Amino acid sequence: MKDSNEIRKVVLEELRRIAPELEDVQAAKPLRDQVDLDSMDWLNFLVALDERLKVEIPEADYRKLGTLDQIVAYLAAK
Amino acid sequence: MIEFKMPSLGADMDEGKLIEWKVKAGDAVKRGDLVAVVETPKAAVDVEIWQSGVVEALVAKPGDTIAVGGVLARLRGAEEAPAAKAAAAPPAATRHPVSPAARQHARELGVDVEQLAGTGPHGSVTLQDVQKAAKRAPAPAPAAAPPAADKLLAMRKAIAAAMSRSKREIPHYYLSQTIPMRRAQAWLTAYNEERPVAGRVLMGALQLKAVARALKDFADLNGFWKDNAYQPSSAIHLGVAISLRQGGLVAPAIHDVAELPLDELMKALADLVRRARAGSLRSSEMSDPTITVTNLGDQGVDAAFPVIYPPQVAIVGFGRLAERPWAEDGMIGAEPTVVASLAGDHRASDGHRGARFLAALAALLQEPEKLT
Repeated sequence: MKDSNEIRKVVLEELRRIAPELEDVQAAKPLRDQVDLDSMDWLNFLVALDERLKVEIPEADYRKLGTLDQIVAYLAAK
Repeated sequence: MIEFKMPSLGADMDEGKLIEWKVKAGDAVKRGDLVAVVETPKAAVDVEIWQSGVVEALVAKPGDTIAVGGVLARLRGAEEAPAAKAAAAPPAATRHPVSPAARQHARELGVDVEQLAGTGPHGSVTLQDVQKAAKRAPAPAPAAAPPAADKLLAMRKAIAAAMSRSKREIPHYYLSQTIPMRRAQAWLTAYNEERPVAGRVLMGALQLKAVARALKDFADLNGFWKDNAYQPSSAIHLGVAISLRQGGLVAPAIHDVAELPLDELMKALADLVRRARAGSLRSSEMSDPTITVTNLGDQGVDAAFPVIYPPQVAIVGFGRLAERPWAEDGMIGAEPTVVASLAGDHRASDGHRGARFLAALAALLQEPEKLT
């Protein structure tokens, strides 16, 4: 189990790297409704998380990553 | 003497502003070298030179706005150059990727972006990098560039001009076909399962490959309408519509897509999207598309009916990949499908040909293993 606060910080940093205009994120609301992320943005986001957190995310798990809270919980459990 | 002229980087460009030279008088250049950065209404573009020789004189100065076709520099051809000066100079380096907003802000603050180490994706210089640099060493340079809002307005005007011309001059016809995607989806899932996240291929790349392969048999959709006649292209360079975060879009080319292995195509697509959004496209990418593909599936639309980018004569659209009712052998089930559409220029092709193209595209997507 990794530190959730640290993971949340990394996730938000990488999201802002892709979407610099991003301000507040509502952690329990679907991320892709709040941030204009296309498939390429999403893939780049996951590549960045993989590089920084050393967590491999299979495609089959994408559906578990709908909100910021879900992403943090998923990564913390890895 | 060779004249190096302001290139046309799209139908929406009448003139360009020279931002900087990457070469100086006396430098040897060869075909394909990046020699200048030119700002168009849509993007700052790395301009390549298409002749080899030695730079005799830089005619245009940074800051000059030059009409398309206007002389930027003069070169001596290889046969004209004195031997002593023909020694190769270091090749022009690729500049740092710089986001358009950062380049704009840097100019306003008098910061030299080429001297900054970028902290953005792949080392690109971000707005924050510029702001930090400005705080460290405030420069007194005057704010010569227009504010970001004006820049966006210029892009909208450029898009307006090209799209108005398209709708005014091109008699569009529109066709669409719903394509079953179960095989393609299953194949791609299995393909990606074996790969690390950085090596995965998006469905959009597979669709680009299928479009390029299908075009091999449809030369009447791949080329340009110029001087009242159709000029087919022997190469298939797909323009890829890429939305920019600050608004607007660009549609630069991936070259020779039909021949690119799928993994290479995916890398090229990722690189193109990154550079388009970081403001680091090349002139050949802006001027070479022979047809454009737009994919709005991520935005949730069922289908796209796009406007042809002149002088091209066709554009292909994809909507979202989703399960939809599908009837077969008297049974209705749910099937993953995508709606592919084609807008064609009726001067260059007919609906009959367009329909056959979409059928060929659908057939290719039923055999995804042949698209690698």
